[in-house]
Amino acid sequence: MAQVLVVTSGKGGVGKTTTTAALGAALAQHGQRVVVVDFDVGLRNLDLVMGAERRVVYDLTYVAQGNVRLHQALIRDRRIETLFLLAASQTRDKDALSEEGVERVIKELRASFDWVICDSPAGIERGATLAMRFADLAVVVTNPEVSSVRDSDRIIGLLDAKTEKAARGERMDKHLLLTRYDPIRAGRGDMLRIEDVMDILSIPLLAVIPESEDVLRASNLGSPITLASPKSAPARAYDEAAQRLMGVDKPVSIPNGRNGFLTKLFGRRAA
Amino acid sequence: MTAVAQPASFQFCGRSFLAFVLKPKMPTSEWIAEADKWLCRSPGFFSGKPVVVDVSELLLSKDEAAGLIADLGMRNIRVMGMLGTDDRLADPALPPLLSPVGKTEFQVPSETPDPQPLPATVGAAASSLLIDSPVRSGQSLFHEGDVTVIGSVSSGAEIVASGSIHIYGTLRGRVLAGADGNAKAHIFCRRLEAELIAIDGYYRMADDISSFHGKAVHAWLDDGALTIKALD
Repeated sequence: MAQVLVVTSGKGGVGKTTTTAALGAALAQHGQRVVVVDFDVGLRNLDLVMGAERRVVYDLTYVAQGNVRLHQALIRDRRIETLFLLAASQTRDKDALSEEGVERVIKELRASFDWVICDSPAGIERGATLAMRFADLAVVVTNPEVSSVRDSDRIIGLLDAKTEKAARGERMDKHLLLTRYDPIRAGRGDMLRIEDVMDILSIPLLAVIPESEDVLRASNLGSPITLASPKSAPARAYDEAAQRLMGVDKPVSIPNGRNGFLTKLFGRRAA
Repeated sequence: MTAVAQPASFQFCGRSFLAFVLKPKMPTSEWIAEADKWLCRSPGFFSGKPVVVDVSELLLSKDEAAGLIADLGMRNIRVMGMLGTDDRLADPALPPLLSPVGKTEFQVPSETPDPQPLPATVGAAASSLLIDSPVRSGQSLFHEGDVTVIGSVSSGAEIVASGSIHIYGTLRGRVLAGADGNAKAHIFCRRLEAELIAIDGYYRMADDISSFHGKAVHAWLDDGALTIKALD
């Protein structure tokens, strides 16, 4: 049974695209058939982070409008066989996507994949609501700072209101993924603590991704972090998140205050 | 929002009462005869008790209605109101027209989430609303009556109620109780971190109530002054 997962946040720049790529790759590394879909029409980025920017011929808007077949637009990852990308258009805007078109594409993707991961654009407008519309579950990406948390709260409200699942009267599964967490700064009070964020958002915690320069490096290399540096702390946190999504029951690793310091001294050993 | 302080000697309040409801059927003469038989067995059953007549199954003119009321009056049945009719029977000579209470509404502006995710109006009285999930940022909720939230009210969320508001969680948003001029409304919350609280138009902002930040509180209007007391 395919699962449609939307990666969303409300606020921009918190790590939705990075998370989409990392979770997609991690799930595929566990043998799942995964497609990552970029819904950010007009500002596409997922192809860059996946390292497929020079292979995009057709994109989501072509398929949604029925101009090309789905398999013509799917781009298979060169590193993992079971990972595919459906890119967004860079030249069109969000109005190029119709709800019926998106519904048809998602339905078709459900038939051939285990996971359909939708990378939502920032904001709460049409693009974001279309990305979440047909999802079964949501990963809410949040930074430990107040504006990001408030925007995530807003998005959670929309997930409970504007999705097909909510319209059917079912409750949407929502998971919190906290990115760019720095335990030392949280300890000093410069950053919200994990407990504070969870208290405000009151949804279950999927993973805490520590702040790390590896993430930026991986993005610029065009490789999901779980492929670029699989031993790094963020990659391991994303891998855990993927396993948890697959139903593996394991506690969430919380980066502790010594990590940043120890990793600098001893290489990336301490989790 | 404005509020006008009322002189203490002239006060309004709403109360609910129980009353018998009689539902006459056509033809009314036969129904009266039936009633007479019944009253023979229990004379004085209705005397001194409030009675409402439901005329929804009758087609009456004002005169016929007056006749029915008079017939009942002769049998010691004092009619305090009529139910189930429209303005056609509105007349100073006739008992006032009543409508059952308990119409509750749960409105959310169309741009914000629709009513489906939030409402969990179970087992509560008609005029009170129980919400068993957090009220999220950007959601706003209007209700005629009391509102109880089991969960938190986020920063950027808003609850407006004509009655009292109870929050069994952290209150970070805005709450406005007694919004249509009810100075007797109260606000309770488990943890106060509100942006604004208001009762009957009298409001306090976060900075005014910072000494209660993080505390469980009870807020009410004391002679036009919004008063807050810590609960523990």
